[in-house]
Amino acid sequence: MVTTTVSPQVGPRSGAGLDPAEISSSDASLRRFLHGLPGVDQVGAEARVATLSTRSIKTTAKKWAIDLAISMIDLTTLEGQDTPGKVRALCAKAKRPDPADSSVPRVAAICVYPDLVSVAVEELRGSGVKVASVATAFPSGRASMPVKLQDTADAVAAGADEIDMVIDRGAFLSGRYLEVFEEIVAIKAACGAAHLKVILETGELATYDNVRRASWLAMLAGGDFIKTSTGKVAPAATLPVTMIMLEAVRDFRDLTGRQIGVKPAGGIRSSKDAIKNLVVVNETAGDDWLDPDWFRLGASSLLNDLLMQRTKITTGRYSGPDYFTLD
Amino acid sequence: MAGKKFLYAPAPESRAILDLKSSYGLFIGGEFVDPTDGRTFKTVSPANEEVLAEVTDAGAADVDRAVQAARKAYDKTWSTMPARERGKYLYRIARIIQERARELAVLESLDNGKPIRESRDVDIPLVAAYFFYYAGWADKLQHAGFGPNPQPLGVAGQIIPWNFPLLMLAWKIAPALACGNTVVLKPAETTPLTALLFAEICQQADLPPGVVNIITGAGETGRALVEHPGIDKIAFTGSTEVGKMIARSTAGSKKKVTLELGGKAANIVFDDAPIDQAIEGIVNGIFFNQGHVCCAGSRLLVQESAHDAVIAGLKRRLGTLRVGDPLDKNTDVGAINSAEQLARIKELSAVGEEEGAERWSPPCELPDRGFWFAPTIFTGVSQAHRIAREEIFGPVLSVLTFRTPAEAVEKANNTPYGLSAGVWTDKGSLILWMANQLRAGVVWANTFNRFDPTSPFGGYKESGFGREGGRHGLEAYLATGNRGRDV
Repeated sequence: MVTTTVSPQVGPRSGAGLDPAEISSSDASLRRFLHGLPGVDQVGAEARVATLSTRSIKTTAKKWAIDLAISMIDLTTLEGQDTPGKVRALCAKAKRPDPADSSVPRVAAICVYPDLVSVAVEELRGSGVKVASVATAFPSGRASMPVKLQDTADAVAAGADEIDMVIDRGAFLSGRYLEVFEEIVAIKAACGAAHLKVILETGELATYDNVRRASWLAMLAGGDFIKTSTGKVAPAATLPVTMIMLEAVRDFRDLTGRQIGVKPAGGIRSSKDAIKNLVVVNETAGDDWLDPDWFRLGASSLLNDLLMQRTKITTGRYSGPDYFTLD
Repeated sequence: MAGKKFLYAPAPESRAILDLKSSYGLFIGGEFVDPTDGRTFKTVSPANEEVLAEVTDAGAADVDRAVQAARKAYDKTWSTMPARERGKYLYRIARIIQERARELAVLESLDNGKPIRESRDVDIPLVAAYFFYYAGWADKLQHAGFGPNPQPLGVAGQIIPWNFPLLMLAWKIAPALACGNTVVLKPAETTPLTALLFAEICQQADLPPGVVNIITGAGETGRALVEHPGIDKIAFTGSTEVGKMIARSTAGSKKKVTLELGGKAANIVFDDAPIDQAIEGIVNGIFFNQGHVCCAGSRLLVQESAHDAVIAGLKRRLGTLRVGDPLDKNTDVGAINSAEQLARIKELSAVGEEEGAERWSPPCELPDRGFWFAPTIFTGVSQAHRIAREEIFGPVLSVLTFRTPAEAVEKANNTPYGLSAGVWTDKGSLILWMANQLRAGVVWANTFNRFDPTSPFGGYKESGFGREGGRHGLEAYLATGNRGRDV
C-alpha cells in the first residue's frame, strides 16, 4: 500500500498530505477525507462533456483512434448462457478481430465469469491478450466476505491476469466507507499478482459527488483500475462519469505519483462513442492514459462497429454486417 | 499537457455554402442601393487578412435616406399593422435564420474570426431564439406591465459592435420590431457581412420595405445616425468612450437612449467551489470568443486558500486549448478581430508585465498571417494595476486573490464598470448574499457567459443603462408614459 505523504497541489482541499493508512484509520477520518473532496457541479460537468463531444475526429486522427480503441477493448461476455464454446469463439476474435486484415490490432483482454477463466487462459496463451475475470459475487456483490474472497481466489488460481470486483454499493450509500475500503484491501490481497479493477457501479451511486468519492476510495484502498459499471445496471458508462473518474486518477497521480487506470464499461456501442471517450481521456487526463495499460473499454458489440469503420476508411466504402464475424 | 499522441486532423467547415458577393450596397427601403457619394471599404477575414468583400461607407445623405425610409415604413405600415401580423414576420425571420444557420455561422466565423464551434453552437442558435422570443411578445405588449396600451417610439437608430455581430443585431432588431418600431442599424465596420446577409433574409421573409434598414460604415456613419433629427431612439452597444459621446450628443433631445458598454467583470472563486467546473467557467469566462465579450470574466478573484490549486488546474487546462483556423471545427480560440484591437491587447499586456504581474501563456503556435494572440494569464495582479482596471477585450486574464467574502465584494465592486460577475461556491446562501452585494447587471452562479432571451442583460455605472432581453428589454422600445430619457 502507498504510504508516501505528498502535499497537495490539485485535488482534495482537506488535509496537508495523503496517507491512506491515516485516512482509513477510522470511518470518521475516511468520511472527512471523502467529503472534503471538491464537489462536482452537475450542470458544468455535463456541459463540458457536451463540448468535448463536438470534437470532429476525421481522416488520420480517426484511423489512429479506431486502432487505439480496438487495442483497449476488454471483449466481454457475462451471460448465464456462456459456455466454453462461446468463450473460445470470443478468444479467437480477440486475437484476430478481422480475419481478412492482419493489420488490425488485438484487443486488450477477454472478460468472463470465473468458471470460464481456464478456457480463456488455454485459448489465449502466448497471444498477449489478457484474461480478466469478474469476481466478488458479480454483479450485485451481495454475498459474504468469505464467498467473495473464494470467488476471487478461484479466478486467480485459474490464471486470470485481471480481477474486476464490485464494491458493496449498499455499504457505500449508507456511509460505511471503511467497510468498502477494507473489502477492497482484502480482495486486492487475494489477487496476488493479478491486477485489480474496482467496479463502482456508478448507475447506482446516482450523484457525481458519489462517483468522485467512490473513485478516491477505490484508489486509496489499492485498486489498479477504477471501472464504471457492471453492464447490468442502466445507466452504465456515461461520458460525464468517465470524465469525473479521469479527473480523479489525474489528481491522485499528482498527489501520490501512482497512476491508476480507468475503464468505462457498458453502453459503449459505436465507434463514435468510443472516439468520444478517447477525446475525453485526451483532454482530461492526457497522453499517459491513451494506452491500453491505463484505459480500457468494456464492450462487446463495439468491436464490430470499429472494424466496419476501419474498413470504410481503408477501402472507402461500407460493407454489410455479414462481412464481420459474430463474437 | 498538450497532447502529443492524439493529433486531431484538420476538420474545416466548408465555405461552399456561402454565396458571397464581391461588393454590397446599402439596404434601404427593402432593397440594396448604391450610396450617394460612392465611398467603399474592404472587409477582411482576421484569420488571414483575405479580402472578403467590398462594402459601402454610408455618408450623411445615405443615413438621411435610410431614416426617411424607416419613417415612411413606420407611418404607413409597421405601426398600423395588427400586432399579430408583426409577430408573424418575426417568426418567419426566426425560422429562416434556423434554416440558413450553417451559412450564417460560416460567414460569422469568416468575418469575425470566432471559432465555428461557437458561431454554430452559441451565436446563431441564440439569434434565432431571440427572434422567436420577441415574436411571441408582439401581440401581448399590453400584458407586459407597461400600461394598458403601450406605444412604439418610432424610428430606432441602432449601432452594434463587432464581437457578436449577428447576435447583437438580434438583440436590437427583434425587440424593436416586436414593439412596432422601425430601425436603421449600423453594424461594426470590421464585421458587416452577416448583417447584410440578414438584409437578404428580410427580403426572403417579405418584410415590408423600410422596416429594417442596414447601413454600413465606420464611426462617422454612426455619428450621423446618432445626430439625425428624425431618430426617436438610439440603442448602442460598444465602448464606454463612444457611449459617453452618444450620451452627450443626445442630451436635451427627444431621443430615448440605451447604452450597453464596457465591463471588467470579476469571476469570484471560493475555496469550496466545484474546482474542475470553476476552471471551465474561468476558461469560458475569458477565452470564449477570444475574450471579445463585454461581460467577460476578465478579473479572476480567487480565495487565497484555493489559489495554487486553481492556477495549477487552469494552466493545465489552457494547455489543451486549440488556437487556430476559425473554420476548423476543433478550434477553441480564433483570431483577434482586427489589427487595431490586437495592438490594444499587446499594449495592455506589456503594461501588465511592466507593472510587475507575472505573465504566462501555454505553448502554442500562432499562424503567420492574420491577427493572433495566445491565451494569457497574469498572476500576482493587484487592484492598482492597469490590467485589473482597464478593459482589455482580449484573451487576457488578470488573477487577484481575496481572503473573505466581504473582501471579494469590495474588490469586485471597485471598478467604474458593472456589467456582470460570477460566483463559484457550493454554498447556496453565499451565492445569494454575494448576488445582493455585487453591483453588476448580471450575476452568474457556478456558470459564466450564459445567455437566454428571457433574461434581461445590462449594466450598472459606466457599463451603461437600459436592459436588453426578457420582458425588461421591451421597455427600451416602448413609450411608457415617459418619452424623455429614461435613465
